[in-house]
Amino acid sequence: MNTFYSIMTLTLIFAAPIIVTGLGGLFSERSGVVNIALEGLMMIGAFSAATVTVILEPLTPAAPWIGLLAGAFFGALIALIHAYASVDLRADQVISGTAINLLAIGLTIYFAQIIFNQQRTDSFSRGLVKTTIPVLSEIPVVGPILFTNMYLTVYLALLIVLATWFVVYRTTFGLRLRACGEHPQAVDSMGVSVRKMRYYGVVLSGMLGGLGGAIMVLTQDTQYTIGTIHGTGFIALAALIFGKWNPWGLLGASLFFGFSQVFGIYSNDFEILQGLPQEFFYGLPYVLTIIALVVFSNKSVGPKAAGEPYDVSKR
Amino acid sequence: MSKNAIKLLLVLLLAMALVVGCASQPAAEEPAAEEPAAEEPAAEEPAAEEPAAEEPAKQIRVGLITDTGGIDDKSFNQGTWEGVLAFAEEYDIEDDNVKYIQSESDADYIPNLSTFSDDELDLIVAPGFLFFDALTEVAALYPDQKYLLIDSVVEADNVASAVFAEHEGSFLVGIAAALKAQEAGEDTVAFLGGMDFDLIQRFEAGFEQGVWAVDPDMTVLVDYAGSFSDSQKGQTIASKFFDDGAYIVYHAAGGTGNGAIKEAKDRVQNGEDVWVIGVDKDQYEDGIYEGDKSVILTSMMKRVDVASYTVAEQVYNGEFNGGVLTFELSNNGVNIPDVNPNLKDEWVETIMEFKDKALAGEIEISMVPSRLE
Repeated sequence: MNTFYSIMTLTLIFAAPIIVTGLGGLFSERSGVVNIALEGLMMIGAFSAATVTVILEPLTPAAPWIGLLAGAFFGALIALIHAYASVDLRADQVISGTAINLLAIGLTIYFAQIIFNQQRTDSFSRGLVKTTIPVLSEIPVVGPILFTNMYLTVYLALLIVLATWFVVYRTTFGLRLRACGEHPQAVDSMGVSVRKMRYYGVVLSGMLGGLGGAIMVLTQDTQYTIGTIHGTGFIALAALIFGKWNPWGLLGASLFFGFSQVFGIYSNDFEILQGLPQEFFYGLPYVLTIIALVVFSNKSVGPKAAGEPYDVSKR
Repeated sequence: MSKNAIKLLLVLLLAMALVVGCASQPAAEEPAAEEPAAEEPAAEEPAAEEPAAEEPAKQIRVGLITDTGGIDDKSFNQGTWEGVLAFAEEYDIEDDNVKYIQSESDADYIPNLSTFSDDELDLIVAPGFLFFDALTEVAALYPDQKYLLIDSVVEADNVASAVFAEHEGSFLVGIAAALKAQEAGEDTVAFLGGMDFDLIQRFEAGFEQGVWAVDPDMTVLVDYAGSFSDSQKGQTIASKFFDDGAYIVYHAAGGTGNGAIKEAKDRVQNGEDVWVIGVDKDQYEDGIYEGDKSVILTSMMKRVDVASYTVAEQVYNGEFNGGVLTFELSNNGVNIPDVNPNLKDEWVETIMEFKDKALAGEIEISMVPSRLE
């Protein structure tokens, strides 16, 4: 039973950065702008968060939290480039996203070189620390899973899922945002600025992407290196598609992905599975993802206008 | 109007990023137009034994290509470079005659190696097994050029391959782990490997033998992450180890090990008592969680600086023969750090006793872990 609790706890920790970053992708794509720059935005966020944490740690215990904010801020800042290129300049959104992914690699290493005089940040000494919440951790089943040795950022991630669902499906802003991704001409005809909505979407995705990267580095690493994010942004993008551009679907997909990773590590605890080679479990998450995509993707449900620059003349 | 201005600014910004990106490789100089005198082969100066004070010291030119980690990675690139610098210092080599190029991607290895080869340096150093393919190819194209490859073997007459007796160094940290665990009344330690192949298995083999040399009843848990740069997996595996009762985790997993260090820090701050043993270099600093307290018990150090120093010296003395050079306990090629704040002096003494026994041949350290025998 303890093994089961540990697997669940670790799954949540594994999934948190994927969830947050995926929600970022959701805002952008729902507004009609494809965002494959999530990986790069995570790198920017992770680098900023690690840097701020290293610098502020001797001064204040709040350093990692300020680091999270810094991650979100710089993620949003870089996302502005994507917004400007794909909304105002009507550039190909995939190209612009790729450019940001490439830029992020160079930019983070370049600034690491300036600030730390090496190609990675220094190690921060604490980052975010796992906590066990008194009283709540005594609750049977839920306690050991949700409230024991957990990062507070996991709750933050779940909270953002809820908030995203509310904003996207229960507010005027959300309705307009979704409409921009489906039929921007209609939105425009009602006097709402498509440009503005798409800017909101992309900048929010930058904030959340940066936050996701920040969470990842501050909970699971000791410093920012070029390998810190190692493709998690693309996993988040896959989770978004897998979850059908819906916050709850995304949550499920991220947890599923995290679970298959953690389960692979725990597999040798189960006697039935011990005969299988380790490579099987290395590949398992990806195989499961592909199978699930094949099974569930009976029809395309993505925002119809995603990837298309808005053209007033087509109205 | 303002839109155009923004466009222009954006273009300028990108252009600047480009320029700046290039400038970040300060050492990627064009092959310098060296004075021919500097290229004179060493053998022509027999008088080098007693150089008069005014006479310039005999010179050789040494170049190093970094892998993508960069010159100051606090690991192989930096360590190897420090060895080259120490050699230059010792033998009064002028600054212009030792240089490096940084590689931005794997695709740079061959061009960078070729650049230095065209430049006819006396020794070109490639720090790490990542250079295996590139160097195999380039060494065949430049049969008269001397190369040093760290941590891997290319079989060519003009390549010296420095390999390390990782199992011997791991044996020492295994002893440290067992002594520490005994003190705490614990009976389980763990090994986290990057990828499951013979090089990393040597770490595992030496570690478990070290542990069992102190206490044959201890349990050694073993797992491999399948990656050297996945700190998420490192953290998850370490968490599993600690939950399963491990007291100390020895990682040989590069960036993946960062996750294990993070997990240990978190647990220590939550009042648990757990430790990590570092690898390749002294990782004490990476494990600091408060003041100067660190979760790093000790580290298994590969002295790549000893390797580059030794081979540069060979070239200088005209003794370069290529082939495989093993850096082991006997020539100080693997060791624990000189300073170990988390080890008691008597433990270090015990470790040194075992080291002497191993050197005297009383203990044989196998390169193959017990699970594969």
